[in-house]
Amino acid sequence: MTREEILNKYGKSKDNLLYILHDIQDNNPQHYLTDEDLKAVAKWLNLPYSYVHGVATFYSMFSLKPRGRYIIRVCESPTCHLMGSSDVIIELAKTLGVGIGETTKDGLFTLELTSCIGVCGVAPAMMINEEVFGNLTPERVRQIIEEKRRESK
Amino acid sequence: MPKRLDILVCSGAACISNDSTTIKNKLQAVLKEHNLEDEVAIVETGCMGPCELGPVMLVYPDGVFYIRLKEGDVEEIVKEHVIKGRPVKRLQWTTPEARKIVEEKKQIPFFEKQLKIVLSNCGKIDPENIEEYIAVGGYEALAKVLTEMTPEQVIDEMIKSGLRGRGGAGFPTGLKWKATREAPGDEKFVVCNGDEGDPGAFMDRAILEGDPHSVIEGMAIAAYAIGAKQGYVYVRAEYPLAIKRLEKAIQQARKYGLLGNNIFETSFSFDIEIRIGAGAFVCGEETALIASIEGKRGQPRPKPPFPAQKGLWGKPTLINNVETFANVRHIILNGSSWFASIGTENSKGTKVFALSGKVNNTGLVEVPMGVTIRELVFDIGGGIPNGKKFKAVQIGGPSGGCVPAEYLDTPIDYESLKKLGTIMGSGGVIVLDEDTCMVNLAKFFLDFTVDESCGQCVPCRIGLKHLYDILDRITKGKGKMEDLETLEKLGEEIKRTSLCGLGQSAPNPVLSTLRYFRDEYIEHIRDKKCRAGVCQFEEAKEEEVSLEKKLKGII
Repeated sequence: MTREEILNKYGKSKDNLLYILHDIQDNNPQHYLTDEDLKAVAKWLNLPYSYVHGVATFYSMFSLKPRGRYIIRVCESPTCHLMGSSDVIIELAKTLGVGIGETTKDGLFTLELTSCIGVCGVAPAMMINEEVFGNLTPERVRQIIEEKRRESK
Repeated sequence: MPKRLDILVCSGAACISNDSTTIKNKLQAVLKEHNLEDEVAIVETGCMGPCELGPVMLVYPDGVFYIRLKEGDVEEIVKEHVIKGRPVKRLQWTTPEARKIVEEKKQIPFFEKQLKIVLSNCGKIDPENIEEYIAVGGYEALAKVLTEMTPEQVIDEMIKSGLRGRGGAGFPTGLKWKATREAPGDEKFVVCNGDEGDPGAFMDRAILEGDPHSVIEGMAIAAYAIGAKQGYVYVRAEYPLAIKRLEKAIQQARKYGLLGNNIFETSFSFDIEIRIGAGAFVCGEETALIASIEGKRGQPRPKPPFPAQKGLWGKPTLINNVETFANVRHIILNGSSWFASIGTENSKGTKVFALSGKVNNTGLVEVPMGVTIRELVFDIGGGIPNGKKFKAVQIGGPSGGCVPAEYLDTPIDYESLKKLGTIMGSGGVIVLDEDTCMVNLAKFFLDFTVDESCGQCVPCRIGLKHLYDILDRITKGKGKMEDLETLEKLGEEIKRTSLCGLGQSAPNPVLSTLRYFRDEYIEHIRDKKCRAGVCQFEEAKEEEVSLEKKLKGII
């Protein structure tokens, strides 16, 4: 869907702003909002650009820089921490060769941390895009990344 | 047509993360292979509770509970249990202490001690099918309210029930409804707070995923009581499955005339829209949540005026939490005196707790208010794994505190927990064993709140960072004894002067660990010793810091 098509879905009411930003970001294969996006949204809702920029940077799920096809969000809540999330993060960083907030060179994966994703019963956990993975171990993480790499081909 | 067997497959987010979808698909295929589709029904339900044992499956009418299923087990269950009527014992729940197979779900200690009211439908009905909800009495309470009760009577029932807000602060729900009804204004709103951000809490997710109609019904009853026509559910974007199921439920309710104009052919009209967050913890605070629904940065504002007077778009607004709304229909149907008979003197009804961390049975449990922490952790939770020693429970997330072993027999209610320096919060209970460093844990929580502070007010933005830096020093063996006093003084000051609930409660994890585990702080400072072996004190040169250390620094 193009940006214009997305904008046309929503009324010009200000309270649609978060929805619109989500929608545009989700429709971008690189999962981010461009400066042109922000300007177009500001114009559509008749808001100052600074306002839209302010909202887009306030919420941690919006990104203003390109990200990978798969966004890995490792839960950094206390339960996941207690159950070994740091080993998971280290394994992911090693396997992918990126640090937190970075994207792999092939544009496939972005490694991020997230606050609690609410599956503490199977901690440590992570999400890849909208899919949840629990009871993670370094070994399981390697498998999942392999599966995703295969899936992407 | 009723089937011979109902096989309930848990489709909560935790079980799905353990591949319950594969189990369900396999089951479907195997049943088809044996031409059993007409005899056996598969029902995908919400969370059944024991997430640690997932994927789980429940077979009715016998009540056989299967745990930790693998794709390869499905064939055996169909051949043995479904066809020959012989439950597969090796896949049933075995209690660790008795090493005994528990034949029926209701005899399993994890379930036996629970009283499921809010969660009564979770794990029992298909949340994506409104008819299943209606079949278990769904929307009866709304019908009763609209046809037999005045709004004042509804509010009166809510006040008499003694229900208090389940989101954390515990404000009497009925009084909130009354204040919103009495606030002047033609247009009013009902808002459901589903921005469950407390780390370690996942009851709202489970309710939205497992029984979304109970929330819709509770909101509609509230709307009738306060005089609102429009409602909003604010759900965090981290819960895509909850959003999907709620969306479906709203559409179905509209189709059945349970949302929209002239519900039950009365003059009452009400509809609900979903609003999605975008990853900001502070949006769980009600004024920040309102700002976020309005399409602004989610920043709180000073109170008063309270949302009951000036809320969404400046209009009187009732904001309740997911679990609070899910209680409403039960109070209307069974009466306020029934509800008030459960629980303790000042904390009525049940509370859903999310058990996680170092405990055998992690998952979601619902108990009457007033059960002790010991019952929760040891009887229902099954104690601490790997023979380790219990150290403390952390209740209430980053706004709460730690309760040590000597208070295990404290009844869980709003007042008792407050006396111990913690709060009920939304009900996240993180169990800690001897391998947990309390200083490190406090630092961990501070790291979270520093990150999530919206930055508007100075005590929260700068004060918390200062607290964090002191804790960071202590965990690296560079603390001073006078730091302890600074932590306490600064912590109290931040609590006293912050703008919103986030800052007002963020020092609690530090203050409560200082209160109960002061000796651990002293050991870190004086002896450079971490008894749990978590903190590393050796000094490393900057260039030698490996990837692991570097990341551990960030984490």
